[in-house]
Amino acid sequence: MRIHPRYTQRLAVTILGGATLLTLGVLAFIIVFVLQKGLPAVSIDFLLSNPQDMGRAGGIFTTLIGTIILPLLAIIVAAPLGVSTAVYLTEYTAETRITRMIRFGTDCLAGVPSIIFGLFGFIFFVTTLGMGWSILSGGLTLAFMILPTIIRTTEEAVKAVPKSYRQVSFSLGATRWQTVKRVILPNALPGILTGIMLGVGRSIGETAAVIFTAGSSLRLPSSILDSTRTMAVHFYILAREGISSENAYGTAATLIIAVLLINLTAYWMMNRFIAKRS
Amino acid sequence: MIVLLSIFVIASLMGGCGKSKTSITLAGSTAFQPFAEKLAEQYMSTHANVSITVQGGGSAVGVQTAISGAAQIGMADLVVLPEEAKQLTPTIVARDGIALVLNPANKVINLTMQQVREVFNGKIKNWKEVGGADSPITVVSREAGSGTRSSFEQIVTEISLTKDALIQDSNGTIRETVANDPNAIGYLSHGLLNDKIKAIKIDGQECTTELITTGSYKLVRPIYLLVKGTPQGEVQNFIDYILSADGQQTIKANGLIPAK
Amino acid sequence: MNVIGEKGVQRILSVTAFSAISALLLIALFILNEGLPFIFRYGLHDFLLTSDWEPQAGKFGIFPMVAASVWVTLGAMVVGAPLGIAGAIFLSEFVPKSVMRVVKPTIELLAAIPSVVYGFIGVMVLAPLIRTYLGGPGLSLLAACIILGIMILPTVISISIDSIQAVPQSYREGSLALGATTWQTIHMVTVRAAKSGIIASIILGMGRAIGETMAVIMVAGNAVKIPHSALDSVRSLTANIALEMSYATGLHREALFATGVVLFVVIIILNSVAIVALRKRVAKK
Repeated sequence: MRIHPRYTQRLAVTILGGATLLTLGVLAFIIVFVLQKGLPAVSIDFLLSNPQDMGRAGGIFTTLIGTIILPLLAIIVAAPLGVSTAVYLTEYTAETRITRMIRFGTDCLAGVPSIIFGLFGFIFFVTTLGMGWSILSGGLTLAFMILPTIIRTTEEAVKAVPKSYRQVSFSLGATRWQTVKRVILPNALPGILTGIMLGVGRSIGETAAVIFTAGSSLRLPSSILDSTRTMAVHFYILAREGISSENAYGTAATLIIAVLLINLTAYWMMNRFIAKRS
Repeated sequence: MIVLLSIFVIASLMGGCGKSKTSITLAGSTAFQPFAEKLAEQYMSTHANVSITVQGGGSAVGVQTAISGAAQIGMADLVVLPEEAKQLTPTIVARDGIALVLNPANKVINLTMQQVREVFNGKIKNWKEVGGADSPITVVSREAGSGTRSSFEQIVTEISLTKDALIQDSNGTIRETVANDPNAIGYLSHGLLNDKIKAIKIDGQECTTELITTGSYKLVRPIYLLVKGTPQGEVQNFIDYILSADGQQTIKANGLIPAK
Repeated sequence: MNVIGEKGVQRILSVTAFSAISALLLIALFILNEGLPFIFRYGLHDFLLTSDWEPQAGKFGIFPMVAASVWVTLGAMVVGAPLGIAGAIFLSEFVPKSVMRVVKPTIELLAAIPSVVYGFIGVMVLAPLIRTYLGGPGLSLLAACIILGIMILPTVISISIDSIQAVPQSYREGSLALGATTWQTIHMVTVRAAKSGIIASIILGMGRAIGETMAVIMVAGNAVKIPHSALDSVRSLTANIALEMSYATGLHREALFATGVVLFVVIIILNSVAIVALRKRVAKK
């Protein structure tokens, strides 16, 4: 029996719309749940005072520092390396079997579970190289983790720059590096920044790999060889061990807001950049 | 600009590299970890030249990191130290009872050692078999590297943990899991008991400081601090502090039992 | 002004690229070096297909964990893929562009929420619900599937939206001109054209589900057993590595690296499938 297409369409819209509402609803619930339980605990005092009594009291300042420093170190190492590698692979080399293998390998490494990087970091940096649980071990491990993603997204961004731009630049007599510096990189910048932001986001949210390499010290790190705790790790420990439900939610709320702010800033920067160029 | 800022941050951090602060890392037993952290806080308030960090991971991590050097002091709450610990110098700094805990909603208040054995082996699967409600028992245990688990299994003997057991990675997490599940049973350090869960009697013996000290409550184990070679300098000083009247007082006040 | 010169820049870039690639190669080789010998010695068949995981007794059968990872991933797909694709279709075809400009970035924001937050909500909200209304310990395969399904939703939705929006408008216009309704156009033309991108998004989601560690440790219960029902507690391959890596030594540690190798191989297979799917999309154009 044939149903009139108008009715199947109405049915489809209802089902799809319902599914969408369910999806958005669940995702909204998660954010609202955490913010509702956590925001009351957040205050300037909470953000700026040190944890006391293992996190039962006091604020989360040292973990805030940890959350800033670890991803920062990771980006400082991974961004230049990643962007250079991607630029070199796309602009300075021909498409050979080797470059295709490298690309495939990078893609795979981008998908490898982070716990494996954590395992690597724990055995290699913490134990074998003797760096111990430290910002250095954690930062380097995170750098390795986000490097493949940065290489891959930068490559996509660079490749997306139209060939004609390069041809025009060369025909005007520019060298390859001049073309890269003045034509390709600026045009690919939004995509490159997306990759870097993805890396930052991943580093901030990473927990398992960080605990095993940077440790979980609550003290303010005074050197790169000191252990530190990030907010994600702090939330995990507080919540799992039932140390302080209030502070746990407060940490989670701060974490979510921080991630939101970073992403929004990235979008805003990219939009401004695109607007300026067009 | 961002590059300059980052270089500045990193440089100031690296500046800490040549300072005169001694750095001590403790790692291992999650049962002793909260106490180690408290003791470290107290010690550092009077000794500004020492920086002490405490990591967890379980007693096996304590043994291994003491051997590998990742930690200066390994914490282990084991009844019997393993083979590889022979190269380490052990110091007993406290004793601790292992409490068998239930959700407060659970009506059971006592189990015999044999019942404990059979619950954890999976032979007894329902609370009604031991006098409780008609619901399946959820066994919660630690991972294999846990000192609490090794000690528990060694004292109770003949335990081959049921495959259905949930595994959690620290004393605190077991406490939370049992607190949230009316059918759960788990074990954790006596020093970590609070009112979210309740400890039951074993063979009629309650898990209290007195009965642990006298030995009537059988699930007891020592807490070792392990150091590679002979402890020296600040490491020895910190260990001495823990064994001092002040340190032992902190240990007693928070639910552990003094070493002597 | 040319202090370094063109050749110099090329040299610097090639050295940097070389170091980066070597570093990544180092990791891959390190893991393979630690894990492969174990697999050869212990036997791939015994490793993957036996169910005795007792490191103390020298038994390293990871089948329960393999089964758990497979079920968790499949379950997450069952939860995440339909909802994700449905959401993507609805949002790109039935929702005005102005709303989309707000909604899409919001969804991508959600992808950045740390997995421990999802895991915690699973423990505090979902597990008790499962325990009260469905039975079992609550910390179960079902809980893991639902939480992971929710976690991969942003990925599936946003990449599917990109694929659907990339379908040329002429396809839609052609179909409508022939008299098809919007919905007929969507399911017979647009979605079919965006198929490979949608499949790629699902594969990416699968990759994230397989690799997730923290959320699974928090809500799945970590029991070493082959699940007989969705209410059973399970331990995934990643959870196994995380729970035991800090104290595993010798053969035990090698077994964990070998588990890493297995995961590595799975990702390689998934990625190859994704590449083939994407190649089809490029070829069609």
